[in-house]
Amino acid sequence: MRLINVFRYTGTWRGWWRRWLPALTVAGLLSAPAMGEERESLTIGITQFPSTLNPNIDAMAAKSYVLGMALRPFTVYDADWRLVCLLCVTLPSIENGLAVPVDLADGKKGIDITYTIRPEATWGDGVPVTTADVLFTYEVGRHPESAIGNAELYRRITGIDVKDDKTFTLHVDKLTFDYAAINDFVLLPAHIERAAFKEPAQYRVRTRYNADPTNPGLYNGPYRVSEVVAGSHILFEPNPHWAGPPGHFKRITVRAIENTAALEANLLSGTIDMVAGELGLSLDEALAFEKRHGEGFQMIFKPGLVFEHIDLNLERPALADRRVRQALIMGLDREAISTSLFAGRQKVADSFVNPLDAGYSAGTPRYHYDPARAAALLDEAGWRAQGGGLRRNAQGDTLLLELMTTAGNRTRELVEQVLQSQWRKIGVDIRIKNEPARVLFGETVPHRQFDMAMYAWISAPEDVPRSTLYSSEIPDASNGFAGQNASGFKSPEMDRLIDALEIELDPMKRKTLWAAVQKLYATELPSLPLYFRSDTFILPKWLKGVGPTGNQYPSTLWITDWTAQP
Amino acid sequence: MIRFTAIRLVEIAAVVVLMSFVIYALIGLMPGDPIDLMRQADPRMSAADVARLKAVYGVDQPLFARYLAWAGQALSGDLGYSRLFAAPVWSALLPRLANSLLLMGSSFVLALALALGLGTAAARRPHSRFDAAINLFSFAGVSMPTFWLALMLILIFAAGLGWLPASGIATAGMSNLGDRLAHLVLPVATLTLASVGGYTRYVRAAMKEALAQDHIRTARAKGASEARIILHHALRSAMIPVTTILALSFGGLVSGALVTETMFAYPGMGKLIFDAVMGNDYNLALAALLLATVTTLLANLAADLAYGWLDPRVTYR
Repeated sequence: MRLINVFRYTGTWRGWWRRWLPALTVAGLLSAPAMGEERESLTIGITQFPSTLNPNIDAMAAKSYVLGMALRPFTVYDADWRLVCLLCVTLPSIENGLAVPVDLADGKKGIDITYTIRPEATWGDGVPVTTADVLFTYEVGRHPESAIGNAELYRRITGIDVKDDKTFTLHVDKLTFDYAAINDFVLLPAHIERAAFKEPAQYRVRTRYNADPTNPGLYNGPYRVSEVVAGSHILFEPNPHWAGPPGHFKRITVRAIENTAALEANLLSGTIDMVAGELGLSLDEALAFEKRHGEGFQMIFKPGLVFEHIDLNLERPALADRRVRQALIMGLDREAISTSLFAGRQKVADSFVNPLDAGYSAGTPRYHYDPARAAALLDEAGWRAQGGGLRRNAQGDTLLLELMTTAGNRTRELVEQVLQSQWRKIGVDIRIKNEPARVLFGETVPHRQFDMAMYAWISAPEDVPRSTLYSSEIPDASNGFAGQNASGFKSPEMDRLIDALEIELDPMKRKTLWAAVQKLYATELPSLPLYFRSDTFILPKWLKGVGPTGNQYPSTLWITDWTAQP
Repeated sequence: MIRFTAIRLVEIAAVVVLMSFVIYALIGLMPGDPIDLMRQADPRMSAADVARLKAVYGVDQPLFARYLAWAGQALSGDLGYSRLFAAPVWSALLPRLANSLLLMGSSFVLALALALGLGTAAARRPHSRFDAAINLFSFAGVSMPTFWLALMLILIFAAGLGWLPASGIATAGMSNLGDRLAHLVLPVATLTLASVGGYTRYVRAAMKEALAQDHIRTARAKGASEARIILHHALRSAMIPVTTILALSFGGLVSGALVTETMFAYPGMGKLIFDAVMGNDYNLALAALLLATVTTLLANLAADLAYGWLDPRVTYR
């Protein structure tokens, strides 16, 4: 191993030759220093390159990951899935008086929320972060031509009162339990970006995050972007105006390597030091890597909020019958799938709420593998076993369902085959028909042209399932096929529970509502819950302090906790 | 010859116009649009957001109207803005084009040089053990999947021996020539090994035929040296079919090598075109694909003109 290190490429040919030639003649040079021993630099491998570094245009996991080091959102969910302040001084609450419910003119309840920006918060060019930035960000967010992706938060904020350079009050037109969470309100530096916003329709083109991404004034976090090579890597260096605890590393490179086999090879070669869990290997790849090379690395498996499930199209006659849906889930040995394919690292889901979530209810109906009961339910629903083991109804129709997922996703395709074989045992014939992601999500799922579609929902802690289970969110022509309730689940009771849940401020009462939502979901089964995905972080043994969150807020937000230990 | 060239240039212009519409229409026929793709990444995006963004990005217009708007802009020299790269099309395209030209050009020259040497050597001693060995090498190169070859090279020379960087175009924060060259070695080796076999087979076949011609026998009878026979007489004849193959390969110089670029995380044109098409980035995909089309067409025109130089019997009408 030492010999290999002597020859290892270290970035310059001059350095390479300096090591290589003496190594041929002097065995003593086998003790030459290995790459990375100083450990002032860190290279992270991820599988995607962000299309823009503007925090408010285009939602993209790669962008969140890299900007975690360079920009501070006001609030985020931490590794314990608690809402915390990053750019604000105190998290507003009704109890501490920083959030005040108000009666609105239309009879509804709104809320006024006061935030104070950290006094030491400064952009990377030394300009303080102030309420001028807050007002500018709000102006950009509300403008219909500014190409901000999710503008819901900006629509809900009806006005902003500025108290001084650091303190402001948001007037919000709806009082929800998560009123303090303004995670999507990521500040833009007014002193730099205002010029690019002169023509709002051109802002997405002219934003300095695209035109001049290494401008230090664009960043207010512990690091700033110092080099961008599109499609290849982004280099970060410490932000000299960062007043918080400094980061350990003098240089952090985030390198995009899309192919996971190449990502592994890069890790083994030392070209990258770690693979980010948020955008790295799939679990089956990580498990295979652990078997081969696990001893040389720290492997962290973090269960997360990505919920793998199978949407059932409730307009299909067979699937409209709840007994068939229940039979389908009882005909699946999800525990065995999790154990055999994922070494038990991906916990079986009872519903869309993760057991780590505050809203989780242990009383949610749980379906265990019970093929006999599944068969009985199918009999009851009129699907009787015929010759060859398949089931037919009174009209002679075979119980044949099409199962779709994203073509090329090896893990899902593997699971799909197990599902097909398990359902075959209870007499359900499954035809697999996979499509590329853009076809599945661009056409098939929004237009509800499927029987069963296996994919994932991404959510936040205590994320109310309005977009996925509310009846008005069923995608159709009237909403431009934009809803996420692709199953077509219509339940007045679910709608009532979701409405009540959003505005319930009492955590105990909310817990009861959450339990009712999960019970209704697990009873009705508009989709079949499979498991919660785990992120796998592959880290060098010397790297300490990396805290995977399991939610959509990346571990890089806490980059100053990362240290290198000898 | 001038008339022939002028006619061909007009034909090229017509093909480019036709291709621009075909490419635009084909991308437009793919399901979903850029905003649908955005919505996948952010499930909380509302129907109102979707409608607003479709208007902002102009994808709420009929396909033909969008094409006409693009064509009008393009004729005035403005190729538009790349949504995926958040930059004007030329800014997104040029660095990748330079990377691809460097990668593809190096491997093209290397593969061609090797193929000329190996193919000629094999043709001189057909059916010998040497010829069999070169054939084996050629078929191995042709049959080896590029991704596998790339992975093996990474595992051996980067992961195993640690001699070379495994990916990227340069070490972050470093821009010296040695570092750039070090990052080129493995991708160039992959592409060279993958293409040299095919070229060698073409050169061998063409050279074998050329060496069997009467004028070669006459040259030998006149006592010309073997080197002169090969380089002056046979190679010139053999280059005619080889030129056709090379001209067809020229488009690849600007359209990149998707698999190799992906394996080595090398930001080139292949990956750019793939991402642009899959991400419904019309402006970028059109510009990149049209560039590849124009290059291929011009290379073929150059090949046609070269035939006249290589073979005086060829005339242009």
